[in-house]
Amino acid sequence: MPDIQKSEQNRNEQQDKKPAASFFNFSIKNIFNKNPGDLIFENITRFFAFVVFVLVFLMAYEMIKASMPSIKQFGLKFITGTEWDPVTDIYGALPYIYGTIVSSFLALLVSIPLSLSVAIFLSEFAPKWLERPVSLLVEMLAAIPSIVYGLFGIFVMVPFLRTTVEPFLSKKLGFLPFFKGAPYGFGMLAAVIILSVMILPIITSISRDVMKSIPDSQREASYALGATKWETIKVVLSGSKSGILGAILLGFGRAVGETMAVTMVIGNRSDISLSLFNPSNTMASVIANEFTEAISNLYISSLIEIALILFILTVILNAIARLIVWGVTKKYSGALN
Amino acid sequence: MNNFYFKWRKLKNTLVFSLSIFGVILVLVPLFFILYYTLKQGIGAINWDFFTQMPKPVGETGGGMANAIVGTGILIGLGSLMGIPIGIFAGIYLADKPKGAFAFVVRFLTDVMNGIPSIVVGVVAYILIVIPMKRFSALAGGFALGILMIPLITRTTEEMIRLVPNSFREAGLGLGIPRWKTTLSIILPAAFKGIFTGILLSVARAAGETAPLLFTALGNRFWSVQLDQPIASMTVFIYDYAKAPFNDWNQQAWAASFVLIVLVLILNIIFRVVTRKSYTA
Repeated sequence: MPDIQKSEQNRNEQQDKKPAASFFNFSIKNIFNKNPGDLIFENITRFFAFVVFVLVFLMAYEMIKASMPSIKQFGLKFITGTEWDPVTDIYGALPYIYGTIVSSFLALLVSIPLSLSVAIFLSEFAPKWLERPVSLLVEMLAAIPSIVYGLFGIFVMVPFLRTTVEPFLSKKLGFLPFFKGAPYGFGMLAAVIILSVMILPIITSISRDVMKSIPDSQREASYALGATKWETIKVVLSGSKSGILGAILLGFGRAVGETMAVTMVIGNRSDISLSLFNPSNTMASVIANEFTEAISNLYISSLIEIALILFILTVILNAIARLIVWGVTKKYSGALN
Repeated sequence: MNNFYFKWRKLKNTLVFSLSIFGVILVLVPLFFILYYTLKQGIGAINWDFFTQMPKPVGETGGGMANAIVGTGILIGLGSLMGIPIGIFAGIYLADKPKGAFAFVVRFLTDVMNGIPSIVVGVVAYILIVIPMKRFSALAGGFALGILMIPLITRTTEEMIRLVPNSFREAGLGLGIPRWKTTLSIILPAAFKGIFTGILLSVARAAGETAPLLFTALGNRFWSVQLDQPIASMTVFIYDYAKAPFNDWNQQAWAASFVLIVLVLILNIIFRVVTRKSYTA
């Protein structure tokens, strides 16, 4: 048995190695055996796939190159420094990194329970006639452009926060460090609320897909043991744990990179403060706000370095999340067949 | 005791059910409010001038966004010129090689690309096009939008081609038609509806992008259709007008949002309807 597996593995490896030997398949054997049209067409499509491949690395390379002056000047201090001063040309991005991490993390905290309850509803409770329209509505949230969220934030949500929610919170919970300070409306709280709505659809739809990919036999087994619906859902949830983790990471990546809506409501002040009422700044919002105003080369280079950090962060988050989600869905689609 | 435990389990069950319904309602509330306000404010602010007039100088009321509407169209056109061919051909490649190592890497990278923040893409377009050209331009904006369109078009093309039954391909090959011709004249037409709506969806997404245009296409208060000059777009106008202290400008921002939302929602609904049909077929 192991021998057969081994030989099969070898064969697969050999098949995989073939295209690697010459990337564009113009070997002599191919030229004589294959239809010339096929050969050309295959290589054209491969070329465009290669363009996609190159683009990602080109983006990374160009950003590293362009942020070199800032990397050389500040080194690690760029990440730990809290001073961001275009006048003296000193740039430390910690307030922005802090703002991004905190806003995204808090948005997740709000969004995860909500998305999971919707995903559970869609995959376990909802009858077919209800499932489709509800999924459609949730995905509509993802289709609304970020700038429209921002506009809604400025003219509807922020005034509401300023006049109603924040005074209420500071009166009732003002003893906590999170609800101290003047209620501007613009600030971390507004950003967190907008972000949590914006990342809801992605976490919901992927969790739902993962939960749906759990084979029904598992649910049936659970019912057969006398479990209630909720106990069965727990079985489903434990089977889709890693997929849901992937969905959460994707949501986190979305929140980290979200620019316009956050820029419009977060207040744009680079302080590090525990208070949710405090105007703040994120990596994306500082780029959006200051890029066109940046005059000195070091200033632009520093902003590009922030973009590079964002790029690396989101690529890592997405890579891990994708691998997890792929692994899960593949595992169960294999079990089904 | 046993009876009590049973009741407790049933109670928990009902509790979870109500919680999940409560969650659904809570999620739909923001959607309702956003749509409600955009429709209300937008319908109040929109008029014929919005589509046909140029922006008025600061201080004067009235005027419209004719240049921004055309500008958004040009930017999307440029983005499509770049994104559609790359996306479709890369998608054909991925569908053709379901198991290859290189295809795996590309598939993975398109998914990763999909998660790259649009502002980062804007920065890249700035480095690659704005710096060498020494000015902000429609080309740079179109380039940024093109990069953003690629992942979605690639993946929908791949998926739509995969949905075409293998018997189609076998029929073509069985008639002695070469593979490339089978793909172009049988498989692609069969998958055309899905691919086309995928392109519409990516156009909708590109139309709503703001961040990558801020420092590539920049924006322009005057009429300009030149590709090497800064160009206006609806989204950047919304951003500027939303921050402005003039009520008239704020109203126009709502009007532009209204147009955008209607466009995006219609394209999305078309996409859902068409893909659902081709899934069941």
